[in-house]
Amino acid sequence: MVADLIESVAKIVFIFSINLGFFAPILGWVERKQSAVMQDRIGANRANIGKFTIIGLFHPIADAVKVLTKEDFVPAGANKFFHTLAPFICLVPAIATFSVIPFGGQYELFGHHVNLVIADLDVGILFVFALTSLATFGVVLAGWSSRSNWSLLGGLRASAQMLSYEVAMGLAIIGIIMVFGTLKLSEIGAMQENFLHWGIFIQPLGFILFFTCAVAENKRVPFDVPEAESELVAGYFTEYSGLKFVMFWMSEFLEIVTISGILTTLFLGAWHIPFVTDAMLLSFFQFAGPNGATILAMLVNIATFFAKVIFFIWLQMTIRWTLPRFRYDQVMRLCWKMILPLSLINISITGLVLLLWIK
Amino acid sequence: MDASVTLQRLTERFGDSILETHSYRGDDTAVVKKEDIVALCTFLRDDGKLLYNFMMDLTAVDYLGREPRFEVVYHLYSLRYNRRVRIKAGVPESDCSIDSIVPVWIAADWFEREVFDLYGIAFNGHPDLRRLLLYEGFEGHPLRKDYPVKKRQPLIGPIN
Amino acid sequence: MSEIAKDLHTEHMVINMGPSHPVTHGTVKFLVTLDGETIEDLKVEIGYLHRGFEKMCESGTWYQVFPYTDRLNYVSPLINNVGYALAVEKLIGIDVPERCKYVRVIACELSRIADHMTNVAAGGLELGAFTAFLYFVEARELVWDLIEMLCGARVTTNYVRIGGLKNDLPDGFKQKTLEVFKRCRVLWSDVNKLLTKNRVFIDRVRDVGTMPAEEAIAYGFTGPCLRACGVPYDVRKANPYLVYDRMDFEVPIGETGDNFDKYLVRMEEINQSMRIVEQALEQLPGGPINVDMPYYRWQSKDDIYNRIDSLIFHFKTVIEGIKPPPGEVYLAVESGNGELGFYLVSDGSGKPYKCRVRPPCFPLTAAMPRMMKGRLIADIVPTFDMINMIGGECDR
Repeated sequence: MVADLIESVAKIVFIFSINLGFFAPILGWVERKQSAVMQDRIGANRANIGKFTIIGLFHPIADAVKVLTKEDFVPAGANKFFHTLAPFICLVPAIATFSVIPFGGQYELFGHHVNLVIADLDVGILFVFALTSLATFGVVLAGWSSRSNWSLLGGLRASAQMLSYEVAMGLAIIGIIMVFGTLKLSEIGAMQENFLHWGIFIQPLGFILFFTCAVAENKRVPFDVPEAESELVAGYFTEYSGLKFVMFWMSEFLEIVTISGILTTLFLGAWHIPFVTDAMLLSFFQFAGPNGATILAMLVNIATFFAKVIFFIWLQMTIRWTLPRFRYDQVMRLCWKMILPLSLINISITGLVLLLWIK
Repeated sequence: MDASVTLQRLTERFGDSILETHSYRGDDTAVVKKEDIVALCTFLRDDGKLLYNFMMDLTAVDYLGREPRFEVVYHLYSLRYNRRVRIKAGVPESDCSIDSIVPVWIAADWFEREVFDLYGIAFNGHPDLRRLLLYEGFEGHPLRKDYPVKKRQPLIGPIN
Repeated sequence: MSEIAKDLHTEHMVINMGPSHPVTHGTVKFLVTLDGETIEDLKVEIGYLHRGFEKMCESGTWYQVFPYTDRLNYVSPLINNVGYALAVEKLIGIDVPERCKYVRVIACELSRIADHMTNVAAGGLELGAFTAFLYFVEARELVWDLIEMLCGARVTTNYVRIGGLKNDLPDGFKQKTLEVFKRCRVLWSDVNKLLTKNRVFIDRVRDVGTMPAEEAIAYGFTGPCLRACGVPYDVRKANPYLVYDRMDFEVPIGETGDNFDKYLVRMEEINQSMRIVEQALEQLPGGPINVDMPYYRWQSKDDIYNRIDSLIFHFKTVIEGIKPPPGEVYLAVESGNGELGFYLVSDGSGKPYKCRVRPPCFPLTAAMPRMMKGRLIADIVPTFDMINMIGGECDR
């Protein structure tokens, strides 16, 4: 009982610290530096302590200090309660979603069963969808409560876009659920031990569709019409400043991490290294004794998982700095006229294949 | 000296209203009566041998102390024949207005507004004659020669 | 459905786009009436950058106008300098030396390259293609380095003089130019790869801001925007000034006049301008760069300090200003945005009686409502960018 508690707390602390303590601040730096590399620039490198700048890694700290000392501005005539509530509604789902994503397998350690996921829900994927839908409310509330035309337009665009893409995203993922026959993310992860059984090979179309929808759901370029800075100034968070603004910003970055985590779990073999099974890993670390081998294998798995997550983050950043932005009607047309039919086709083909060959 | 095709045609057609023509430095110029400006411009645009389809520039000059005081200056260009012509129409201070040529070239819209703004010359029949570069509530017309360079304008509040 | 729509209470939303808005660079205000996302009505208000250019010119000498022309189209100031100088020279009746003409052509085309690069880059930036923006900004920096080498300033050039130039080409200019162009071509092809065949970009700019050729002419379009409509009007070809008649270059034209055509025309013009500069550097003759007319062109400093007649001329031209004969001229040059015309009236005194500029982006901006009615609000972004409205030039 106590061991279970310790395990849960350890996992929660780990995920919290890696997300809020590492990814959220670091991604701001990554975005700056990666765009700088892509654009032949140097990027942020001025924040320093004494003579040390460590390639601009102090910038997240400087940003935090700046943000905390900014005026918290509420526009005249805005609904203060909802104006304050909105960023929280955005941020909380972004943090909470990671609780169902497994960042490692299941291990026997000192006679205790360790499952490297905070909440191993039977309906893991549905939980993810439920929470991402909540984020929509935050955006709509932010747009409505700011009492600014730009915010309102941004909020309207965001609600239409996010709702549409949720439908498409849900359909895009049905193929992979049919193949694996479960909604439990840890089981889906475990089934991809064999390199050739990775979701990306079984469901290539599903992967592309889901990836597109996920980027759109997160409102990143090229789907950033709700916050298109050249049209709507900043869209739904035009009237936010200081810490509240950063909460939107952070929720966007955390969603990048979450999306990467889900993509890794569903399509890129979760915590598995290609052509290396769990048994091989354990026997490789035989020298450290049974428990030591398990711990080392566990660490390797966690590292693998986060390496894949980082790969997806890199991919999303690259897309963000390469493509221009869609127009609002084009985004909707892409969703309803391209992605939705394609995902339906994907479902039918998957069903046929399962029915005729596998069975 | 042979006058240019444009000026010849104009003199044939509008002999009475052409007050003066010259081609200083190769720029064909016709000074016309302001009453005929719209008919004249329509002719310049539509005549098969002229076809001045571009209204390139429209401005005014203030010849303070001369009568008529103002001159509205039109610069036209014919893409077909690659010719340019300058039409000038005198506008006296007492009747500070001229017919609008927006029906002939829609491009004249903003140019006329600008002249109205800076010289105070009204354009009869202009669809939306408001100040363009300066704000509502600006006193005077700054490009008139009797407007002092260093004149200060009164402060205005926010415009609703 | 229609029954429901009838009962629904809907109203139009009026928003102020600008004067401080990310898309209204150059400071302009759009008063947009929206029905959902569709533009029902659009009013353009300019004048936020009005500085009284003409009034200032009328109160200074003919030479003192040059710094003001820098601030007209501040993205391609050298073309404004050249345009004004040519107009004054036409008024006086000066023919500048050959070498001066070639150097002026080089200066003009470098400016045009910088202008088009800025425009295309900003267009990409506003559509979210930040990387393409910075590639062209790098290329523009290199071109500005050349301009800096030429006249010591990057934006406020003030390089051209009546009857000549401030200084001759510096040493090693040709070598540096060829190096810069090599890098510019690499960056050009990078941007070309990033944008020209990019489906998202094409979707955003294709069939937006279209203009039939006749209407474009009626609205007074010139420059790349007119050529995108399929009208091959270029002042450099129609009324060649300087030595453009000796240069071998093409005038690219589009078909529909939409924003994509405007973009393609500008991209091609960058190439053609580079060709012109290379040819001009190749053909560059020797000889003086200034006319030998002491009443108009200032003497060299060396002469002023050592010869009494030069000192007198210098004193007269600086204190009283040069005195062109009474008369009036209109002279047009092809600037980055189209026909840049100068209408000068002289009364024989040391100050311009009237110094009128025909700003090429002025009629383009006036046509914004015609191009935007019935379109989506997001379409304002590429359309307004491809017009390339420059506040300093439009508002003067």
